[in-house]
This record gives sequence, C-alpha cells and structure tokens, in this order.
Amino acid sequence: MRLKDWARSRNGARAVGVTATVAFFVLVEALIRAGLVNQFIVPLPSQIIASIPRIIAEEHVLDRFLQTMQEVLWASVMIAVVGISIGVLFFKFRGLRLACESWVGAMAAAPIVLLYPLFLVIFGRSATTIVMIGFVAGLAPVILKTIEGLAGTRAVLLNVGRSFKVTPSQQFWKILLPAALPSVFVGLRLGLIFAMINIVGVEFLINFGGLGQLINELAERYDLPGTYGAIGFVILTSMLFFDVTARIERWLRPVE
Amino acid sequence: MLNSDASAPAANALLAVEHVSKHFPTPEGVVTAVEDFSFSVKAGEFVSIIGPSGCGKSTLFNIIGGLLGGYEGRVSVDGATVSGTHPSIGMVFQEESTFPWRTVLDNVAFPLEIAGMDKAGRQERAAHFVALVGLQGFERRLPAELSGGMRQRVAIARTLASQPRILLMDEPFAALDEQTRLLLGDKVLQIQQELKQTTLLITHNLTEAVQLSDRVLVMTYRPGRLKRIVDIDLPHPRDSEVVSSEAFGHRVAEIWHDLREEASRGIAADEARVLRGGHRP
Ligand SMILES: Nc1ncnc2c1ncn2[C@@H]1O[C@H](COP(=O)(O)OP(=O)(O)O)[C@@H](O)[C@H]1O
Ligand SMILES: [Mg+2]
Repeated sequence: MRLKDWARSRNGARAVGVTATVAFFVLVEALIRAGLVNQFIVPLPSQIIASIPRIIAEEHVLDRFLQTMQEVLWASVMIAVVGISIGVLFFKFRGLRLACESWVGAMAAAPIVLLYPLFLVIFGRSATTIVMIGFVAGLAPVILKTIEGLAGTRAVLLNVGRSFKVTPSQQFWKILLPAALPSVFVGLRLGLIFAMINIVGVEFLINFGGLGQLINELAERYDLPGTYGAIGFVILTSMLFFDVTARIERWLRPVE
Repeated sequence: MLNSDASAPAANALLAVEHVSKHFPTPEGVVTAVEDFSFSVKAGEFVSIIGPSGCGKSTLFNIIGGLLGGYEGRVSVDGATVSGTHPSIGMVFQEESTFPWRTVLDNVAFPLEIAGMDKAGRQERAAHFVALVGLQGFERRLPAELSGGMRQRVAIARTLASQPRILLMDEPFAALDEQTRLLLGDKVLQIQQELKQTTLLITHNLTEAVQLSDRVLVMTYRPGRLKRIVDIDLPHPRDSEVVSSEAFGHRVAEIWHDLREEASRGIAADEARVLRGGHRP
C-alpha cells in the first residue's frame, strides 16, 4: 500500500520510469548477447552509451543538437503565435470556420514532409526550409485545439462575465482564453511532435543541418552505436521541449 | 387566492416584475415558460420563488438578471426599467460557476477587476467578502481544492463583492446535500441580515424556501404563473433549528399543498413526453 502511494508520488513516478528504462536496456543487452536479436540491426546498449563521448568529440553532436533545438524553437514559436491566432479567428468568424475547418483537419493528416522539394525551391537548402516545414506540419493541431477549447468554454462562465458586464476584450482575455488554455496546450504539444518529426526528417532527407543530417551520415557509415546515440539526442530534444511547455502551462494556468 | 395588490408593484418596491411572459418556439410548438408573472420585492426583503423543475424558474431568473430578452412585460429597479444585465442585480447561478484558474481571492475580486478597481483596493474588498462567507484561510486555494459547498460560497462572495442592490440566486444549493444546504442557508441568512441584502432566491426546495424567506411565491407548472404568495411569519433572527418548530411545519404543509398539484402535473407531463417519444427539452 505504501509502496503504491510512493509510486504515485512525483519522485516515485520518476524513479519507476527510470528503473523501467534501465530494465529495458538491460533486457535488450541480454537478448542481443544471447543471440536472440541481431547485433547488426540493434547495437548493444552498452556500445551506444560508450559511443556518446566519441560522437560528442568527433561528430560534434552537441552543435547538431543545438542547431536542431534552434529550428524546433523557431518552428514552435511560429506555430504557437500563428496557430492560436488562426484558431481565435476561426472561432470568432463562424463562416470562416465552416469554410476552412475540414481543410485544416485534412492538413493535419497530410504527410507534409513529402512537399520538401517545393520548400527547397522557395527557401533554398537552408535552415529556413527546415523551420518552415516544421511550422506547416505542426500548425493544424494548434488551430483545431484552440477552436475546440474556445468553443468548449462553459456557458455559465460566459454568463458570469455578462452579469458583470465584461467588455468583449475582457471576455476574451479573462474568460475564453484561460478556459481554452488546457486544450490549446494539448494542441501545442501535438504540434510540437509533428514539427519535431518533420524537422529531423527533413534534415535527414536534404542532408542539411542538425541531428537529422548527422544520423544520416552515421547510418551511411554503418556506425550503428553512433546512430542510436544521436537518436538519443533527438529524444532529449523532445523531452526538453515537453518540459518547457508543461512549465509554461503551469505558470499561465495553475490548476491541480 | 392571489394577494389583491400582487400585479401592481408596491410603492416602495426595489425590484418590480410586471406581467412578464416568455414564449419559446420549439419543434413541438410554442412553449410558454412564464406567463403574466408579476411580483415585487421591497428593500431588505428575502423572497423565494418555488416551483417544480421545468416550471420556468430559470427562465424568470435569466429575464430578471437581463441575460434573456424577447419577453413581454417589464422588469424595473427602483422604478426604472432595466434591460440587459445590470449592476443593481447580482446573479448567482445554479451550475458550478467559479473560474477554475483563479484562486478564491481572485475569483471574488473578478467583478472589481472588471470595474477597474486598483489591485490593492480590490484585494482588500475581496478578502472582506471571502471572510464574510466564512472562507478566511482559503484565499490562495483553487476551486478544485474546495468542496462543492465551498465553491458555491465563493460564487456568492463574488456576486456580493460587486455590491448589487438585489442578490438574485437560481437554486444555488441544488447540488449540495441536505445538511450542507441547511448550514449554508444559515450562513446566507446571517449575511443577508448583516448586509440588509435584498434577496430573491429561486428554488425547488421547500425547507430552504421556508427557512430563509420573508415571503414565498409558489409557481405553477407550464405555463409558469404565480399561484400564491405565502408570508412566512417565523421570527427573526432564524437559523436552521427553525425546521423543527411547529410553525415551520405548518408553513411547509401549506406550501406543499399548493406545490404538490404542480409537481404532479410536472411529472405527468414528463411521462406523457416519454410516451410520445419526444425528447426532454
Ligand atoms: N431556450 C429554450 N428553448 C426552448 N425551451 C426552453 C428554453 N429554455 C427553457 N425552455 C423550456 O421552458 C420551460 C421552463 O424551463 P426552465 O426555466 O429552465 O425551468 P426550471 O428552471 O424551473 O426548471 C421548460 O419546459 C423548458 O423546456
Ligand atoms: Mg432551473
């Protein structure tokens, strides 16, 4: 019983997560060493860990990591600003929403990464191309979730506002937006995932920039431990961004 | 049965409702939710409107509060017709209405913030009303941390903080258990005496209506009309102990006599609707 409570606490949950991850790696290591998993497809976890100092020193993985982080940062700022604004516009103008919402939904499902030649033509083989693809790929969920959050504001909260004679701008800033925030952040997190996938994917495809390009190179040299090590840095990037969005959300709307 | 002067507002009425009717067009025909409803409330009075569910209480609440337009008749405060929401009338809603992202203090300060009061001033006034409803010590808590009864007290404090001349409440304790409801009733009465707050309470709860009110208006079911006005001549100050007195029992019985017929009609109408295969509107 006490163990269960501890596992539910914040530190407990973290410890369980770390333990599970370590256990998984130990299991993989054992399976490979036992010959049940082919070493030429999955390298030993111990080799991957051992490769990290090497890819830091020789492959400058930290520079690549910073470059990808920067691209993701720009894309997410643009996604947040543009996505939330479009969501608000769609919410305010019903006609616009009816006309465009299903297109936005379709855009969310489209494999935007395949449009990379078009972006290359417009923006050249540069970080701008990568950021723009990430931005376009992550936009749809933010728009849809912003609309959903605003439209889902409980009617009684709006009536409370009306009973105190709020102005339209007070209604938006003090009631609609805070009420929509949890949903907006779900959209932002989804958008961030889409942007990350596309950013690293395009770096890989056009062989330019950050971690994606490095993974491409290492894979071509058949440096498997290095490849997986670099993928570890991609995961680190997404963990950092998730943590930052969670912190911003808690700061903006301290619920729970 | 009606008091002879029921439809003409008393000369010293603070709130007057005159010949108010409201019709809703629905796919199944026009529903008359409220019909020719007139009454008035004097300054400092505590008046309740009681009726079975679906009889038009919330419709009347929204009309008086100014959230619902398109009705016939007139609502006035101190003789001046009001339309739209009005600072003289403070509303407390039936549903959970605290802002979940604001602390107790910031919830209560909301109307003051809207009115443009400076931060220090509104925090001081909000703290006063938080204490008035007995929530001192919970200023920094979020609604999610509170019980339903505490949240409803926050909503009441928030409305009181705007210092309305008339406090208008729609079944504010409907979601609470009976014990909490009785104790909260004491709190409301105590505040009402302290502030000499003119109050109009809408309820379907007999005990609550008799426990709190100077007068109870009984509403008919479909269309919602005024059936009878019962003066509650129980002594003040009152508290929930009053429910065990003989006089209390008499008043409850008297109102139940009228209400019973309306409630039965409400239940019969529900059954008929289900048999017709219609939806509950
Ligand atoms: N917007 C509306 N459209 C159609 N019918 C409505 C509307 N609002 C209320 N009604 C009808 O008016 C009647 C009174 O409703 P309401 O005032 O909510 O009753 P109460 O609050 O007493 O339960 C009900 O029969 C309800 O179905
Ligand atoms: Mg109601």
